[in-house]
Amino acid sequence: MRRVFIIAVPYLWLLALFLIPFAIVLKISLSDVAMARPPYLPQFSWEAGWGAFLSQLDFENFTFLTTDDLYWKAYLSSLQIAATSTLLTLLIGYPIAYAMARAPDEWRATLMMLVILPFWTSFLIRVYSWMGILSQEGYLNQLLLGLGVISEPLIILNTKVAVYIGIVYTYIPFMILPIYAALHRLDSSLIEAAEDLGCSRAKAFWLITVPLSRNGIIAGCFLVFIPTLGEFVIPSLLGGSGTLMIGKVLWEEFFNNRDWPVASAVAVVLVLILIIPIVLFQQNQQKQNEAQS
Amino acid sequence: MRLSWFNITSLTLGFAFLYLPMIILVIYSFNESRLVTVWTGFSTKWYGELLSNQAFLDAAWVTLKVAVFSSTLATVLGTLAAYALVRGARFPGRTLFSGMIYAPLVMPEVITGLSLLLLFIGIGLDRGVLTIVLAHTTFAMCYVSVVVSSRLVSFDQSLEEAALDLGCSPWDAFRLVTLPIIAPAVISGWLLAFTLSLDDLVIASFTTGPSATTLPIKIFSAVRLGVSPEINALSTLMIAVVTLGVIIASLISKRNFVREQQGVAGRH
Repeated sequence: MRRVFIIAVPYLWLLALFLIPFAIVLKISLSDVAMARPPYLPQFSWEAGWGAFLSQLDFENFTFLTTDDLYWKAYLSSLQIAATSTLLTLLIGYPIAYAMARAPDEWRATLMMLVILPFWTSFLIRVYSWMGILSQEGYLNQLLLGLGVISEPLIILNTKVAVYIGIVYTYIPFMILPIYAALHRLDSSLIEAAEDLGCSRAKAFWLITVPLSRNGIIAGCFLVFIPTLGEFVIPSLLGGSGTLMIGKVLWEEFFNNRDWPVASAVAVVLVLILIIPIVLFQQNQQKQNEAQS
Repeated sequence: MRLSWFNITSLTLGFAFLYLPMIILVIYSFNESRLVTVWTGFSTKWYGELLSNQAFLDAAWVTLKVAVFSSTLATVLGTLAAYALVRGARFPGRTLFSGMIYAPLVMPEVITGLSLLLLFIGIGLDRGVLTIVLAHTTFAMCYVSVVVSSRLVSFDQSLEEAALDLGCSPWDAFRLVTLPIIAPAVISGWLLAFTLSLDDLVIASFTTGPSATTLPIKIFSAVRLGVSPEINALSTLMIAVVTLGVIIASLISKRNFVREQQGVAGRH
């Protein structure tokens, strides 16, 4: 009896507040927009029964997504922004993780805390802090103009570059931590052996350090790529109107255009796209766990 | 081990990158000018303006209420879920259950928010503090359950069995043996849920109604138009609270660690 209770309470909660809501999204994505409250049809009614209800559902919203190029452009641009910023995060995060793994033992706890600390500060504030730096009269332009590096202020805020900076800044701990964990386990005598056997430092790095930290790199890349794909806050604060990302499109479709069926269809397609990297990530983690045990 | 120049440079630049934006934000929150990027002199007037702004205070109160309720509820549900997953052995629909625990962790917030809003409208629930609490509890309990189950997996189940053999009721065994052992994970789960709730903009925007505005919603609508000195002051206060919390937490865990070490040394 008690065991049933332990399982049933969280189970029912998640069914009611995760699975059923998602089923509703799926259903509305197959409905038609209507001047009604709520603004879509058909509404299920027991008198008409399931047959009549199901027969009114169609894939119109999904075909609409393919005909209006706003949507597929937004999906492609989200994928491109997520991929580019994942690569940038890796390039910037790897040297930091590497240096952390090399640092003296007594520094480690402090360094780890310094990487994790930003996690606990508000995401919104961390993104916002870049608005003052990157704007046209911002601190960066003031500095560069003052030093005489540039003569005209750079336009960075409200471009893709600002979005890259925002993503790298907020997601870099997700890249550093798994790579650090992999490098930390790495036996340094392997590198010494390679160097003794005549490898140059750079060659030893490419032949030993990078392959042995591969799992950390893969995990870090997925941890950055997956949440970035549906990101809303960063493109809307730093990206301006010119940066298309699907999270922003969904938000605007829902709040500004009030087209619930299309917003739902956008959500369903986004989930379908996300399934691929999520499954790959799961497989990588499983392989890693098996390798460890 | 000595650090090479390359490693020192990457650590310095890396941490400068992580911390400079926030340091600049804190410094400029004491700027007198309304033009945020031009320094005219030291002043704390924006803090005064912030604290006399009733809308911000109301939003802070709503946010705090939501965070306390949802993180507490999420901790209870998440711990139960972790217990069911780790100790529950086999039960019908276990795969679905663990899928529902992990899916919200990777689900984009816009989708979680949209789907919950459609549910609340569908069942005719008035949107406000209650709906935000329900929404936050749902995604936070998944984080709690991941944190707690990693602790449950690693601890020795025979301790619990011993307590049962010695005549403890299952509830007493849980309360007297299991709970103290998993307590650190439960506490960090609660803290995580609390911060996630404090921080959430997207899900709260979808699931709230006109009666309840949280701080992130307020901040977002203020900064959409550009940098504002009141928000700088507010950010500084939030950063200060977090920094203080982390310092206290690390001091406590250090003290516990030292005590444990001494305990181990004393036993030998």
